[in-house]
Amino acid sequence: MSVRGYHPAPASPVEQRVAALEALLTERGLVPAGFIEEITRRYESEIGPMNGTKVVARAWVDPQYKQRLLADGTAAIAELGFGGPEGDHMVVVENTPGIHNVIVCTLCSCYPWPVLGLPPAWYKDPPYRARLVREPRTLLAEMGCPLPDDVEIRVWDSSAEVRYLVLPERPPGTEGMTEAELADLVTRDSMIGAARL
Amino acid sequence: MDGIHDLGGMQGFGEVGYSPAEPVFRRRWEAVARALLVVVAGAVKASGGEFRHSIERMEPGHYLTSSYYEHWLTAAATLAVEHGLVTHSELEARAGGWFPLSGPVLAPPVVDVGPDVDTPRFDVGDRVRVREWHPPGHTRCPGYIRGKNGTVVRVDGIHSVPDIEAHGTARRREPTYSVRFDAADLWRDGQRGVWVHVDLWDSYLERS
Repeated sequence: MSVRGYHPAPASPVEQRVAALEALLTERGLVPAGFIEEITRRYESEIGPMNGTKVVARAWVDPQYKQRLLADGTAAIAELGFGGPEGDHMVVVENTPGIHNVIVCTLCSCYPWPVLGLPPAWYKDPPYRARLVREPRTLLAEMGCPLPDDVEIRVWDSSAEVRYLVLPERPPGTEGMTEAELADLVTRDSMIGAARL
Repeated sequence: MDGIHDLGGMQGFGEVGYSPAEPVFRRRWEAVARALLVVVAGAVKASGGEFRHSIERMEPGHYLTSSYYEHWLTAAATLAVEHGLVTHSELEARAGGWFPLSGPVLAPPVVDVGPDVDTPRFDVGDRVRVREWHPPGHTRCPGYIRGKNGTVVRVDGIHSVPDIEAHGTARRREPTYSVRFDAADLWRDGQRGVWVHVDLWDSYLERS
């Protein structure tokens, strides 16, 4: 008999707990055949930051698209074929030489899935969620993104239905590049605001 | 609830375990946990509020020492037990040991929710104050802004209030807003040139 309460006994290994729930739900006919593989495939190869990089590159090369993107993120992102859960109410925030945007979810793990996929572990873990709203300059510097004191920081805590995407600044010296080449320059973390390009 | 999940501004966590690149699923069980959450949430028709609250009710020590995929597993198992899809003892028998679930709901079910609010009370530029209250159930109002003054910067859509939908089948819809706070108003040691924006339901706010 395990001891429960404030100082619980060690739990059984997480793999065994997952397997237990999977087996019981499967026996009850609740897990469609191939469903787990399908979810895995979708988040590994279809729904991820590669989608967001296309949105950013389009905004860099097409000023009218950028205008639509900043005015109605959901509709402009849908123009490129991206949308769905956790992306139904998108707001795109633009970095400029004087303004740096960065997103967080202090209460859980809200994140714009259709354009960035599932969030990385550090985005969901306590240090980032606790510190970003209190000491973003210190935290971003620690993460390799130091910002001059005169750059304003805008933190966006995704606490309701809106999900945010940061539009990073186009790096200098990229004038001759194609849209596809530009997309390759864009990193996941630059679209979170945890990095600059 | 004033739970362990409400992390904004807490101190002592140290460095972020930052990695610029990592696989979506580091182990297969993470993908399975993700998929099982989809299965359970669909089978029990959990609202977003009920789902999030099932994570918030995790024992704080467990919450802080487990990954988010384990949070999702715990949420899926908790909802599955609470809605009668499986029993806790079945889970423990199959797992071969203790299977921690989230703690009980502390808030009573919400029955009388009042009418929907169709018209935003506030406009862009309005000064607002966040209500200072401590509901025992689910809320999407972080603790670190309660009682603080801010400015509405965006009026967003009308959405189901999570505090209500987490605790029953009743729903009330209200406008939502993005509210900007000066970090200097939130923290004694607030950093200069920092604005923190929090997205809030109408009933979380009062006129400043």
